[in-house]
Amino acid sequence: MANYNLKEVMNKPERLAPGHRMCAGCGATIGVRAVLRALHEGDRAVIGNATGCLEVSSFTYPYTAWEDSYIHNAFENAGATLSGVETAYKALKKRGRLPKDENFKFITFGGDGGTYDIGFQSLSGAMERGHDLVYVCYDNGAYMNTGIQRSSATPMYADTTTTPVGSESNGKMQNRKDLAAIIADHDVPYVAQTTFTSDFRDLHLKAEKAIYTEGPAFLNLMTPCPRGWRYDAKDIMKICKLAVETCYWPMFEVDHGKWRLTYEPKKKLPIEDFLREQGRFKHLFKPGNEDLLVQFQAEVDRRWEDLLYKCAR
Amino acid sequence: MARKDRMSGNEAVSYAIRQINPDVMPAFPITPSTEIPQMVSTYIANGQMDTEFIPVESEHSSMSATIGAEAAGARSLTATSSAGLALMWEELLLAASNRMPCALALVNRTLSGPLNINCDHSDGMGARDTGWIQIYAENNQEAYDNFIQAYPIAEDPRVHLPIMICQDGFITSHAVENIELLEDKEVKEFVGEYHPEEFLLNPGKPIAVGPYAVSNYVMEARRNQLEALERSKEVILEVADKFRQLSGRGFGLFEEYKTEDADYIMVIIGSAAGTAKEAVDQLREKGKKVGVLKLRVFRPFPAEEIANAIRHAKAVAIMDRTESYNTHGGPLGSEIEAGLYRAKATVMAVNYIYGLGGRDFTVDHAASVFAELESAVENETEVKQYQYIGLRE
Repeated sequence: MANYNLKEVMNKPERLAPGHRMCAGCGATIGVRAVLRALHEGDRAVIGNATGCLEVSSFTYPYTAWEDSYIHNAFENAGATLSGVETAYKALKKRGRLPKDENFKFITFGGDGGTYDIGFQSLSGAMERGHDLVYVCYDNGAYMNTGIQRSSATPMYADTTTTPVGSESNGKMQNRKDLAAIIADHDVPYVAQTTFTSDFRDLHLKAEKAIYTEGPAFLNLMTPCPRGWRYDAKDIMKICKLAVETCYWPMFEVDHGKWRLTYEPKKKLPIEDFLREQGRFKHLFKPGNEDLLVQFQAEVDRRWEDLLYKCAR
Repeated sequence: MARKDRMSGNEAVSYAIRQINPDVMPAFPITPSTEIPQMVSTYIANGQMDTEFIPVESEHSSMSATIGAEAAGARSLTATSSAGLALMWEELLLAASNRMPCALALVNRTLSGPLNINCDHSDGMGARDTGWIQIYAENNQEAYDNFIQAYPIAEDPRVHLPIMICQDGFITSHAVENIELLEDKEVKEFVGEYHPEEFLLNPGKPIAVGPYAVSNYVMEARRNQLEALERSKEVILEVADKFRQLSGRGFGLFEEYKTEDADYIMVIIGSAAGTAKEAVDQLREKGKKVGVLKLRVFRPFPAEEIANAIRHAKAVAIMDRTESYNTHGGPLGSEIEAGLYRAKATVMAVNYIYGLGGRDFTVDHAASVFAELESAVENETEVKQYQYIGLRE
């Protein structure tokens, strides 16, 4: 176990200032602040951002909430944009146009829309080319900025505005894309999946490893959205805990090709415990829909077994 | 000391890029511009330049990475053609609105469909309203000369806008012609080093690029951008003057070829200007008063200057190497005619569409255009105001 002191970490200066316009209880900003806390003091950063809630709410002209240099370009190209920034750093360093002792880190944030879907190619290219940057997907499982439309990160049966539940529909028909595994298959040095735990240790250590591992790194960070998931905003930590304890959102890392579980529930909870808390799954608990819950559970189990196998467990 | 050589247009632009040795070049191959990233990569592989080359996975990413690198403080560029430029469209707008003085070597090729790899100007003209400066070349020499002038124009604090240096696909990009090259040292001095005032990697002075802006700010941002493009005209002329002093070559906004006393003037862009000049020479020998206005700078559009240069003619032919699908003329035709109207010039103007998808435009075609103008004026007959040349009916 690496050194981790919650109090120390929480007392670091914030690099995302308050006063931005994100919703109360938004998971994305909690995630961003946690990732940025992993930057070592004295190290500078350039933050990239795909278009999305985070961008439109944190950099509304003429105000910015970002203490570090920041660039938003468009929706589908955060990977390519940061590739350019990181390469410029290499070029300027090589040509002596930056002081030798200045260290910059490159971290880009994108929602699941900008990452799993429209920005997938740009992300894949940035990972494959080996740029020294971290791509953090704040995965809230739908296109929240445009009003809760399904994405390829949306779980099966979720009620979204483009997969609405109705007399002929049980919500989204497909399972989630496993993006962390896909990026791991790019053979990049570091990939991890995590979310918020009570002491933020798992997230902090993974973010630090991602930022300070040379080469491309990818962090898949579950960041619940109270609006889209329809739970009481104050329950975010409970939601995250249930996602992890039911094995819906396993926490693992792939460090130079080696898969490792970073947390294993002592007793795997039934998936209903996670789903019941959220309005987007309300229909699954109606009489006659028991088989949908069975199918959901089967998919969680299948993926969990697969992950255990990859982690050589 | 100038050095004489033989080169294709792509070789000439790549040679200029080597001499400038920019910081970052992301690129993705597409015919007929592919040779440019190939040649640059080869220069790098052989230690003749040390630009950081990013082999991106699409043209959308090449322009995205160019913007990222430029915002970070690096002198950046890319090269493309046709569908590549179309795929960049969103990013072209962002490069201009974020005021990134990056460069793009455009090798003009038609847009699909049908799929075709040959020259017309539908790609560049399709991007004419993206906020970029656009400079077109007649031949390899001008493609080279224009590229050397690109950064001094784009990076000027009065401008700070992206610049597109265009040459005709295959006709210019692949045909080998004589060329005069500047010495590396002369180019380095002329272009200078890039030291932006504000950039992402400025230690201790962070900036934020690419905001969301509410309606309160958007019109002012657009107007600022427009004013920068307007100001670029004087900068283009200053840089052209400086370049002429260095090389003895070059033009300002356009070249006037035997137009001073001409009754009939052809306005044209790119390689076909050479063909038109040959027609002018032949017709002049027969005593015809004809001339060519070759447009170099399409953006910012020198509407007033063109109107004043052609208003004395009896008739003008405005040549468009693209269809614009507005159903009443090509881009050059529409804009020049609007310029004439504003200048209260009533010269007769006919808009011809030619050379689409690489269709040949010959000296005979140019001569027939002059003949049609002359006949209409002499016989006081009507000419179809908007027509195609070389079309199989």
